[in-house]
Amino acid sequence: MVVLLIVLGLVVGFSASVGSAHIPFGTVWKIMLSKLPWVELDGTWSRNTEIIVLDTRLPRIVLAGIVGTALAVAGTTYQGLFRNPLADPYLLGVSQGALLGAVIGFTLPFDSHGLSGQSLIPLFAFIGALGAVLAVYAVARSGRTLPVTSLILAGVAIGAFLAAVNAYLIIKSNNEELHGIFNWMLGYFGMSDWNEVVIVLPVAVVGTAALWLYARPLNVMQLDEEQAQHLGIHVERVKLILLIIATLMTAAAVAFVGTIGFVGIIVPHAVRLIWGPDHRSLLPLAALVGAIFLILTDTLSRTVTGPEQIPVGVITALAGTPFFLYLLRTRRRGTFF
Amino acid sequence: MLSVERVALGYGRHLILHDVTFSVEKGEMIGIIGPNGSGKSTLLKGICRLLSPSQGRILLNGRDLEGMSRGEIARRIAVVPQAPHLPETFTAFEIVLMGRTPHLGRFRFEGYRDFEIAWKAMGITRTQPLAERTTDKLSGGQRQLLTIARAIAQEPELILLDEPTAHLDINFQTEILDFIKGLCRESAVTAVAVLHDLNLAAQYCDRLILLGRGTVHALGRANEVLTEENIAEVYGARVHVYPHPVNGLPTVLISPQGR
Repeated sequence: MVVLLIVLGLVVGFSASVGSAHIPFGTVWKIMLSKLPWVELDGTWSRNTEIIVLDTRLPRIVLAGIVGTALAVAGTTYQGLFRNPLADPYLLGVSQGALLGAVIGFTLPFDSHGLSGQSLIPLFAFIGALGAVLAVYAVARSGRTLPVTSLILAGVAIGAFLAAVNAYLIIKSNNEELHGIFNWMLGYFGMSDWNEVVIVLPVAVVGTAALWLYARPLNVMQLDEEQAQHLGIHVERVKLILLIIATLMTAAAVAFVGTIGFVGIIVPHAVRLIWGPDHRSLLPLAALVGAIFLILTDTLSRTVTGPEQIPVGVITALAGTPFFLYLLRTRRRGTFF
Repeated sequence: MLSVERVALGYGRHLILHDVTFSVEKGEMIGIIGPNGSGKSTLLKGICRLLSPSQGRILLNGRDLEGMSRGEIARRIAVVPQAPHLPETFTAFEIVLMGRTPHLGRFRFEGYRDFEIAWKAMGITRTQPLAERTTDKLSGGQRQLLTIARAIAQEPELILLDEPTAHLDINFQTEILDFIKGLCRESAVTAVAVLHDLNLAAQYCDRLILLGRGTVHALGRANEVLTEENIAEVYGARVHVYPHPVNGLPTVLISPQGR
């Protein structure tokens, strides 16, 4: 855990130093530390450098980290809740719902980028995501219980329906709208600023902490729902609470940066393969690994091909798959640490 | 300690049991027998309140189960399900330790005492050598022993078992029922077990409840319940009942048609 925290620090520093203007690793850290109220450092760097680090790169890095955390933690929760290794944060229609919201936002007749310079797309996407999950929930609910199988089936069905609607709307849209939508779909950190960080950070932090408090019930629910009840777990209540938290975290992440695949499904698996299935360690570890992974891949996405940026979703899949396959081939619990 | 009073149980409108009345004394081992679909498992589900009775009530030490929370029930009643699913990446010890769940607050970790209780439960069931193994590397009998160890770690007053000996060889069958019997004698735990094998039921249980036609058909000691007439009426099978050569308890023998 400590090792991962140090790695996270190094990754943040590394990521902030590379880019179109290279800034030495040490300088990056000095700039960041100098902003802490109790640290006094002599500024030997230019004003420009400081702006690049603090206002251009850092918000993007922090946002990538938070989104990585949110997706990895939500993915861990969904996989645990559904006892299904294929579950990912988008299973219940979050991504298609968010996309529908975003598409509507992009194609609205009035300029949705207005309103004091803040884009309204995240708001549309967030509402769309929650709307889709609510619909899935309403369909899957039977009496006072929420059968997992119905939930997954309803998620898949409503996701497919929304995908069709989205496809239609996208075909009908013009070129300029299309470009925006497409960028958003594959995950785009380009417009990140501190305002977004301030909105997503509390959701991710509070959400992770809240989920962690339910780590033991989640462990016991790995048996099956009946056995969990025999052991005193209020299964339906725990399920509902976990679903709400994980969905809010996913929706907040998706709303700002679009659908970034892979993080939410592979990071939990990788962490589980390496450190074992106990959610009390799994959740915080997934949070850190998710952050590190997405910061690294986002750094790649903005540096590899120069000014032209590759969507981060492409990198996560390209870079993550080989690593995951390697883990899968050599899997054995406890052989890593 | 357990009293079931004129209880009706079912799923939705589909009623499976009605007018079920019996009571169980502390330290008793009770067997529930009856043909397939006679409601044996349903009755167990009622006693651990996975199902709520549509009529009547179930009292544990004089308290209605309906008024108790899941946690309260789990501190008093442990259930050993039939062929339970165990997540394959957890170790045997972790599974047994889960038995401590109802005794821990949500924000508390297991303490030294919990580890000790879980380890002792594995000692009683002789599963300690398996502690470090993940559950996918265990046999059916070992998994069954593990869930019994988990139930013991739960420190319940009442253990419910749903066909604990199904799919087990004759050695495991006697071993497991000996454990349960020992628990009832020595630790004053009460056990209610659904059993398919009438001979095992006769050998191990203090009293038997024979379910048939949606209610209690017979209730009492093995020699009162396991009669040729009762079995013919409820199961529709022609059998011969003889006293066991060593202990005189009833033994049910079948004879194939035409012999």
